[in-house]
Amino acid sequence: MTRQEQYVAFMTIVRKEIKRYMRIWTQTLLPSAITMSLYFVIFGSLIGSRIGEMGGFSYMQFVVPGLIMMAIITNSYSNVVASFFGSKFSHSVEELLVSPTPNYVILMGYVVGGVSRGMLVAVVVTIVSLFFTELHIHSYFVVVLIVVMTATLFSLAGFINAVYANSFDDISIVPTFILTPLIYLGGVFYSMDLLPEFWANVSRLNPLVYVVNAFRYGVLGVSDVSLPFALGMIALFTVVAFAFSMHLLNSGKRLRQ
Amino acid sequence: MIPALTIENLSKVYSDGFEALKGISLEVQQGDFFALLGPNGAGKSTTIGIICSLVAKSGGRVSVFDADIDKDFPAAKKHLGIVPQEFNFNMFEKGIDIVVNQAGYYGLPPRLALQRAEKYLKELGMWDKRDVPSRMLSGGMKRRLMIARALVHEPRLLILDEPTAGVDIEMRRSMWDFLKRINAEGTTIILTTHYLEEAEALCRHIAIINQGKIVENTSIKHLLRQLHKEVFIFDCVEKLPDTVVIDGFTVRLMDAHTLEIEVEKGQYINQVFSALDTLGIHISSMRNRANRLEEMFVNLVEGTA
Repeated sequence: MTRQEQYVAFMTIVRKEIKRYMRIWTQTLLPSAITMSLYFVIFGSLIGSRIGEMGGFSYMQFVVPGLIMMAIITNSYSNVVASFFGSKFSHSVEELLVSPTPNYVILMGYVVGGVSRGMLVAVVVTIVSLFFTELHIHSYFVVVLIVVMTATLFSLAGFINAVYANSFDDISIVPTFILTPLIYLGGVFYSMDLLPEFWANVSRLNPLVYVVNAFRYGVLGVSDVSLPFALGMIALFTVVAFAFSMHLLNSGKRLRQ
Repeated sequence: MIPALTIENLSKVYSDGFEALKGISLEVQQGDFFALLGPNGAGKSTTIGIICSLVAKSGGRVSVFDADIDKDFPAAKKHLGIVPQEFNFNMFEKGIDIVVNQAGYYGLPPRLALQRAEKYLKELGMWDKRDVPSRMLSGGMKRRLMIARALVHEPRLLILDEPTAGVDIEMRRSMWDFLKRINAEGTTIILTTHYLEEAEALCRHIAIINQGKIVENTSIKHLLRQLHKEVFIFDCVEKLPDTVVIDGFTVRLMDAHTLEIEVEKGQYINQVFSALDTLGIHISSMRNRANRLEEMFVNLVEGTA
């Protein structure tokens, strides 16, 4: 395939993915807006007003970056895992596998689909958050960089989950039992300064700590971890996830007989 | 001329140890209409799966228009259009989107993809249903949608795995006409089918596969010439006597007005007519007992079992 043909194939996958989640927007975009509104009301307004300041900001301002990041992670992950597993389940993935589209184009198409949903939901949740608090962005560059890198990483993770999944139950196990606990323990609702030293060190093993804190740095200018280290960790995880996803596609594991 | 498809010593052993293909070799010439026949589990779908990359081969070589799938699979895939046995499209998508997206996967720009989709959906009588979600289509329409999808990038080799399974007679005939036409226009076609009448009506060459081996690979005409006997059924005007004897022929009385007569290779049907005339039996109609190819197929498959 020429570069031009590969680009056409890539855009076809991206368009199909965007069309898919826009068609079912009540299942893909609306739930995050509603859930995050509830978080803002309960943790930000009701409980937050009693907590006072955290990290030099009102509690509401402190939790908003983490909650936006939570929406990006869950949406980019669930978009790819649901879409790719769905196409595997219905065998429509064969449309792609029999075509000359290179594997890296297939992967990038699905990942960009997941990233676009993550970013769209981020915009929606950010707009909702403006009803509850003011946001002054510390660094637009860092914000955009972290959003794109995180959405890419979790789209790749969703792809890996989809390849291994055998049933629809399998695509909800990782988000329920791994992703959600890691997000909650990743410093969305608290500063790591509040933790005893031992638990603070344990928390540093959680990759979500770097994602949440790097994004918080972009928005508020404060972070529990160093920004270059956080960026390095996210980049490392992304490269590993991409390489593993390509290995799965090239070997045909669980996709070809 | 380069063959459309070359298969050499192709083998496949599945992870559970089942040996689906035992070193088959096959060559399909450009412009041919080729039938791949065999009972369930013979290895037909495995062979097709390997050609289109959905099944990993264990050994052997496959090339499509001289493009070796081990060396340049994308080039081989460009020449191929596949219509699988099972419906394999997103049931929530509209027919037009399914066909246009498939064109995109082959690198066709959106405008050309839409033109091609319109062309093939119209030719297959599906244009009026283009905006209907595919799950709402009938079985026959879904099959035609898969044919349109397989043709949208205008492949030189079209492979159809049981394309008329579950399709009513009228629709089957119209699909036959369509396939004959695109074959006449230059598309090489390989089909697997359980309807031997279909293979006889459409195909010029035939390979019979059984238990992972090719047991016959020849022209349909040549295969039919190998038949040693044919059985004809004669509908008689008058009530027949209790026994009918014709020298040299096996005659069975089916009911009071029907005879079944075996005509062996080297015998002539005129002899039967003469004998019946002598006996005062008048014939109102005559037909084959069963599809001739079906008899040959059963003989070949049972011979290798």
